[in-house]
Amino acid sequence: MIREVPGEELARRLQVACPGAVEAWQDISLWVKPQRILEVCRFLNQMPGLEFNLLNSISGVDYIEHFEVVYHVTSTINLHSAVIKARVYGREEPSLPSVVSLWQGADFQEREVWDLMGVRFEGHPNMKRILLWEGYPGFPLRKDYLEAPR
Amino acid sequence: MPIRSEPVTVNVGPQHPSTHGVLRLRVTFDGEVILDMEPVFGYLHRGSEKLGEERTYTQVITLTDRLDYVASMTNNQAYVLAAEKLAGIQAPERGMYLRVIAAELQRVASHLVATGFLLNDLGAFATPLMYCFRERERILDLFEMLCGARITLSYMRVGGVFQDAPEDFWPALRKFMADMPHYLDEYEQLLTDNEILVTRTKGVSILNADHALNASVTGPVLRASGLPWDLRKIDPYEIYNRVQFDVPVGKAGDNYDRFKIRIDEMRQSLRIIEQCIDQIGPGPVRAIVPSLIRPPIGDAYGRIEGPKGELGFYLVSDGSIAPYRFKIRSPSLINLTVLRDILIGWKLADMIVTLGSIDINMGEVDR
Repeated sequence: MIREVPGEELARRLQVACPGAVEAWQDISLWVKPQRILEVCRFLNQMPGLEFNLLNSISGVDYIEHFEVVYHVTSTINLHSAVIKARVYGREEPSLPSVVSLWQGADFQEREVWDLMGVRFEGHPNMKRILLWEGYPGFPLRKDYLEAPR
Repeated sequence: MPIRSEPVTVNVGPQHPSTHGVLRLRVTFDGEVILDMEPVFGYLHRGSEKLGEERTYTQVITLTDRLDYVASMTNNQAYVLAAEKLAGIQAPERGMYLRVIAAELQRVASHLVATGFLLNDLGAFATPLMYCFRERERILDLFEMLCGARITLSYMRVGGVFQDAPEDFWPALRKFMADMPHYLDEYEQLLTDNEILVTRTKGVSILNADHALNASVTGPVLRASGLPWDLRKIDPYEIYNRVQFDVPVGKAGDNYDRFKIRIDEMRQSLRIIEQCIDQIGPGPVRAIVPSLIRPPIGDAYGRIEGPKGELGFYLVSDGSIAPYRFKIRSPSLINLTVLRDILIGWKLADMIVTLGSIDINMGEVDR
């Protein structure tokens, strides 16, 4: 069985390693400050006992007042998983640091979040659209997206 | 006088018989050797995730059929498991057994397609493919008995399956189970030691396990690199903890291992079905679920071991009848992350084979 690590447990460990990075926790979710996401993920990836070495998925959710970027991570060594979330505010140019330097698997997934949700990942080596083409108007998965008239 | 050559950039696809759909690869060659490669996606993008936000939880099942269209059953299964997790619904036992039988049949069908097309890419034009499709056809016949459809199945529902298997299904399934091992032996006889296949694939495009894991590669591609990471074993869902099966792993992580592992996995799938037939008991196939499901506010990530890798659905509910967010974690797209790294230095002809060995489906890549 893969154990789902409670957010509280991770928050406690992060308090020492990355003070001030955690915003909140509930059940298996842990909210961290978007600007600290790379630092938090590096800790989760490298700390013995945690070693989250598999990035399952990165999802973007539009909650209208903010965007939420959700990271599902698993450790194939310790057989546990965690859900890390970051609330990103602002609709013009929301951005947070890229984790592609830790997990290569973030490459296409971050591009997809940028393409469809319009959240930019700073430090990504190839931050361009993936499913739609350059110059496509708007970001379709945003809740305020209106289809262009045909 | 030495002959000078300049790097040439070539577009392979989107309309190319060996790109498994409308995938475009922008490749830079030095002669025949690959210097750089960039995949270009989106030619089959239909906005499934946006469409899902405007459909009820049951209607979304039809969208999942159209992702990986050679493995609709497993797509259905991953979605309904995510929705059940979100809504807190438990499927009855017979429903779960039927889902596992259907999903394992689908895994065999999907691996048959993968094997057939890989041989097609190797230049064994159409003959091995037709052998593989002969058996796949019988699986599709079984699916037709279950739900009336052959490709876009929509057999599973949140809380079970759409209907119980008809009486005729069981003898037909037993007949298939009796025949299939001989077909697999036939493939092994024809292919596994085939000199052309072995020389073309052994040692080509090696992917080591650490690299694969770092790039979020899952499924047969990861297991071919030597890591026994199978969610059916490691995080058993449905009734997988009640059946015995092995997780085949490769050694080298080359194209040959990625071919061989699928043959081995088909045997294990048959083992699982065999045990399910023995264990399945009478009972309801579907929990009592309202026709319009309103899960509580929250989110859930449900995942299964699909034929191509970890297939996950991240669902967010706002308490209404439609998902607020319907996100698909598609193994086909994410497994392509490593394609560039394992191709560089190999030749054009190897590129097509490597792409075939990763086994992608464009319906799932572009969604």
